[in-house]
Amino acid sequence: MKRIRKIHVLVLALVAALLVPAAGVSRGNGTSLPTKIGKGEGSLNLIEWSAYSDPSFANKFEKQTGCTIHRKDAGSSNEMVALMRAGGGGGGGQYDLVSASGDASLRLIYGGDVQPVNVNLIPSWKDFLPAFKSPAHNTVKGVHYGVSVQWGPNTLIYNTQKVKPAPTGWGDIYSGKYKGKLTVPNNPIQIADAALYLEQTKPSLGIKDPYELTKSQLDATVSLLKQQKPLLKRYWNYATDEITSFKNGDVWMGAGWPYQTLQLQGAKAPIKEIVPLPTTGWADTWMLAKKAPHPNCAYMWMKYVTTPQVEAKQALVFGETPVNPKACPYMNKIEAGSCAKYHLNEPASYYSKIKFWKTPVAQCGWQPGNDCMDYSAWQRAWTEITG
Amino acid sequence: MTVDVQAPPGAGPPIRRARLRFGAAVWRRPWLKAIGLLGPPTVAFCVVYLGALAALLVSSFWTVNSFTGELVHQWTLDNYRIIFSLSDPTYLRIAGRTIGIAAAVTITDALLAFPLAYFMARVATPRLRGLLFIMVVLPLWSSYLVRIYAWQTILSGGGALDWSLGKIGLPAANIAYSNWAMWLVFSYVWLPFMVLPVYGALERIPHSYIEASRDLGARGSRTLRSVILPLALPGIVAGSIFTFSLTLGDFITPLLIGGTNSTFIGNVVYENIGINANVPFAAALATIPVAVMGVYLVIARRLGAFDAL
Repeated sequence: MKRIRKIHVLVLALVAALLVPAAGVSRGNGTSLPTKIGKGEGSLNLIEWSAYSDPSFANKFEKQTGCTIHRKDAGSSNEMVALMRAGGGGGGGQYDLVSASGDASLRLIYGGDVQPVNVNLIPSWKDFLPAFKSPAHNTVKGVHYGVSVQWGPNTLIYNTQKVKPAPTGWGDIYSGKYKGKLTVPNNPIQIADAALYLEQTKPSLGIKDPYELTKSQLDATVSLLKQQKPLLKRYWNYATDEITSFKNGDVWMGAGWPYQTLQLQGAKAPIKEIVPLPTTGWADTWMLAKKAPHPNCAYMWMKYVTTPQVEAKQALVFGETPVNPKACPYMNKIEAGSCAKYHLNEPASYYSKIKFWKTPVAQCGWQPGNDCMDYSAWQRAWTEITG
Repeated sequence: MTVDVQAPPGAGPPIRRARLRFGAAVWRRPWLKAIGLLGPPTVAFCVVYLGALAALLVSSFWTVNSFTGELVHQWTLDNYRIIFSLSDPTYLRIAGRTIGIAAAVTITDALLAFPLAYFMARVATPRLRGLLFIMVVLPLWSSYLVRIYAWQTILSGGGALDWSLGKIGLPAANIAYSNWAMWLVFSYVWLPFMVLPVYGALERIPHSYIEASRDLGARGSRTLRSVILPLALPGIVAGSIFTFSLTLGDFITPLLIGGTNSTFIGNVVYENIGINANVPFAAALATIPVAVMGVYLVIARRLGAFDAL
């Protein structure tokens, strides 16, 4: 009798042990926005692009707030989405923030992996360039799911010794002049680059937005990309892959980011880049995970990285442009002329020529109805092209 | 102590009594002992291994809501219809390429491993054999990824391969980022898995068989064809299980070494989980290698590969 009672107690304890964390999680799912930033939890777990919490500015944050940063560097947007969806989604109760690019952010929002953010708690937000206050890639129906942090254009990188004369526009990666020496990213969002090119060169297709393509527009884009495929040396998967290929001469020209150009120029490779307008571009957002275990530290981080001084530092570490124009003088102080070099002083018309990444969805923005091809159609098309 | 010894059975403390009774029961019924020993691994095998396979198979008949990424628990053959579609043979092409390269790698490894294993088993002195063993398994001590990156450097433009070809007056091979490069790298990384079972099979052939063959007037080539090869075949098939299945499931080498026509099944599975969160479609694709390996293992069993493991 006595032993049986012990077993009962054991079972009860086990059930209780399982219920306690479950209750904790469900309580954490509240949807009301915080009205002030509470005391820091002492820890902050980030999924980030490499150097997005570079010690050159993150150490000061850790000292000020007592939030120790734990970093998980992701190599691609897909890896970020996969990391956020691991462990049951919403960051798995492990991650607080993710520095998602525009091709990942809507997937995280619609997948329920991130939660709304009160931008009023981020003082610098009201100083942002208008294009980055409530951009379509992180704000849905007026609800913000994070704060923009940095952006950059997709650039045309080339080897100055091999590519003569210098390229003039995106048409050069669709022409056969440098067959077998070209590279483009292995990413379905690359379809938008081809669509933007077709928008300029084939107006009869009626492409209004390179991320909102109808079936026939997508098909035309896919056939352009299939024609491009034999011209390519490879599709690059990680930024370091592209850097290696340029460095050892396997590739002479390709689509990339200013980051690769800076790295290659730093290694004394004969590399330059141009930004043919219009072009596609990326804009990154610090997004708050739905199951963020340290929300206060997360808010403190969003507040900190958008301040002008930190924006300037991060921009020059990574090779990108701040969303806060007040960073301009601080950039020039670190590196003379860098504000203009990274186009932070451009007029608003400049930003309208950069089509920022956003996840394609079925609902077209430029015509009523759900006739546009969604991201999984883009993904299938990309497999069809590259597979 | 003395009280304990003199007391009749069943009169000791309750725990000791139970232990005695348990021991006696197990001794009287051997099947109880068998269940006790085999039960836990069997349960683990069923739950962890077969359970995972069953989950894979079941989820491949579901779909996913493309907008929210949530699973739709509704039976459908759509995933398989897309994969085996003849009007858009993208996935058939990818599966064919994966299986084709896996087969090419297996044949290459068998051709490379047989002479090496033969030399190790029958010609080399024990000292040299030990040295060769170390050389065969030495690459396994370093990370697979490191070796692939090393090959990336060797094969790339201006790398060791083109440089050496240039030194002996040959044109550059220029095979960086191509299926040739993948074939080469796969053949290299899986070679030890072929050498070891082939060596095992060759070593077990009694020397008297070969002497008998010679006594009956067979030349070296006849002995090789009629005596050694048939007896070594199970070892080759056993090794081919490794090289074939390891190539079939790989996705890192295509990513780092492959060119524009190098997508493997593994890459599409990875993309569908990472990019799309389309787990059902990935599961449907993943059943292809499972089915191929199933057929392969049945054939291998017929050829006696499992006796050589």
